[in-house]
Amino acid sequence: MRYAFLDEEAKKEIRRSILKAIAIPGYIVSFASRELPVARGWGTGGLQITLAIINETDKLKVIDQGCDGSVNAVNIRNFIKSVTDVDTTIDTKEATIIQTRHRVPEMELQEGQTLVFQVPIPDILETVEPNLGKQKLLHANADYSKLWVLLYEDTSMYGDSRISNRYPVMVNKRYAMDPSPIPKYDTLKLNNCKALQLFGAGREKKIYAIPPYTNVMPLKFEDKDFSVENFNGHCCGKCGSTHSFLDEVYDDDGVVNYYCNDTDYCDKEQEMKGDK
Amino acid sequence: MILDMKNVSKVFGKFCSKCLETTGASYNSSICPTCKSVVGVNDVNLTLSDGEVLGIVGESGSGKSTLLQLIYQDQKASLGEIFIKAFKGRDGKEKNILDADLNELSYLRNSIMSMIYQNPRLGLNYKFSAGGNIAEKVIMSGNKKYQEIRDRALYFLEKTEIPVSRIDDYPEYFSGGQQQRIQISKALSSNPKILLLDEPTTGLDLSVQAKILDLIKELQHEIGFSMIIVSHDLGVIKHLTDITVVMKNGQIVERGLTDQILEDPQHPYTQLLVSSIL
Repeated sequence: MRYAFLDEEAKKEIRRSILKAIAIPGYIVSFASRELPVARGWGTGGLQITLAIINETDKLKVIDQGCDGSVNAVNIRNFIKSVTDVDTTIDTKEATIIQTRHRVPEMELQEGQTLVFQVPIPDILETVEPNLGKQKLLHANADYSKLWVLLYEDTSMYGDSRISNRYPVMVNKRYAMDPSPIPKYDTLKLNNCKALQLFGAGREKKIYAIPPYTNVMPLKFEDKDFSVENFNGHCCGKCGSTHSFLDEVYDDDGVVNYYCNDTDYCDKEQEMKGDK
Repeated sequence: MILDMKNVSKVFGKFCSKCLETTGASYNSSICPTCKSVVGVNDVNLTLSDGEVLGIVGESGSGKSTLLQLIYQDQKASLGEIFIKAFKGRDGKEKNILDADLNELSYLRNSIMSMIYQNPRLGLNYKFSAGGNIAEKVIMSGNKKYQEIRDRALYFLEKTEIPVSRIDDYPEYFSGGQQQRIQISKALSSNPKILLLDEPTTGLDLSVQAKILDLIKELQHEIGFSMIIVSHDLGVIKHLTDITVVMKNGQIVERGLTDQILEDPQHPYTQLLVSSIL
């Protein structure tokens, strides 16, 4: 078995794609998505990026919807551990590579960290232009009018955009990018982030990236504000946090509870409160 | 001079050296006898001044619409140069729009020129609402303020006599004439310098035709853009244009003031055309 499962040629090719993606923030780079022991569409894009950049000194964290303990996250973490023998962690601060599905950790990321997103649909234009060739042309031309019209129509009919996740962002004032299905709540965290952010779509064979300290702005009209989810004053039932993304959980009696979606953040908050 | 076309040709097919010489009105054919290419537009020179309205008439297949598409860059000319006053290269000199790159092209098509097609399906996006269609053009010309975009859409819908309460309806729920008027709203919403009209009223009933022509004429007087209108309906040409060119087999066979051409046609083909008004 080779280190990090993929053969060296494959890793080289993926790294080359990553470098190109970093050089052109938000631009979608094709790569040869390899077969993995996981079916495509189950995080293979993020997995291949992680496998291509990981080495013995890294500390790995894998989350699925903010949770370190979900089946998907556990299996991916175990797999990477079994082929690389790197240390794993659930601590956001300690981790050097964080592979994530559909969330950005609540805790602010730091320089030197890499956030790897699993992406189902890499091209944001997919929603308005199904033809791949035309999508490329629109990107080349920076013609995002169709996304704007979508925003216009939502605004005129509903007062605001109806997009709850995968909110389109403009990277470095040039490319419109799909931030993967992170909630609208996380969109603003991409901007000027200290960590390197890599996006991999295994099924669609695409890689793109946001280098550290890059301008990432949600697509919005100049005279309209960008609003994120609000939780109507609810706070986390476990740690009491009022400024984190909350999950709505129904218990057996049908009572609604609100808990932090990011379990590591919630644990840390509880620890801090317990210490006091 | 807002538009200046020099020796513009468009050939569909192989394009041999004999194509342009052996076709045209004097040969009564658009097909090159040597290589069988179809010559759509054959060595056309055309100029348009600020605020001028030019009509292009001719039989079907004479290259009228192709000529218009060459200006709007729906198709690339095979030969020649096209200059537009407002369009300059990086060095500040007037630039041939045939050499324009993608970004410049989108600027040309969104801010300088607008096209109104015979069939509103070509000019409108039926997946967007009427307001959305207008918004698309306004956004492409650089405005990113919601309220201004909305107001502009309302303004032009009102101008074209579409009930403003229907701004969020989709084009397919409008009648043919209304769709055409939405297309006109869209085309005008970016404040174009040149408006290109490809048989804008063909296929509409007479009362709607008259309304749309009046509307175009009125807006032209009010806003003062230059206009090129292609039609085989001499009534439309007479009603709207200052000067007229007559095309046959890809060539311009006669040009002059519209009254002059209609009252005193010189070229045999023009005479035939004028005499065959029903």
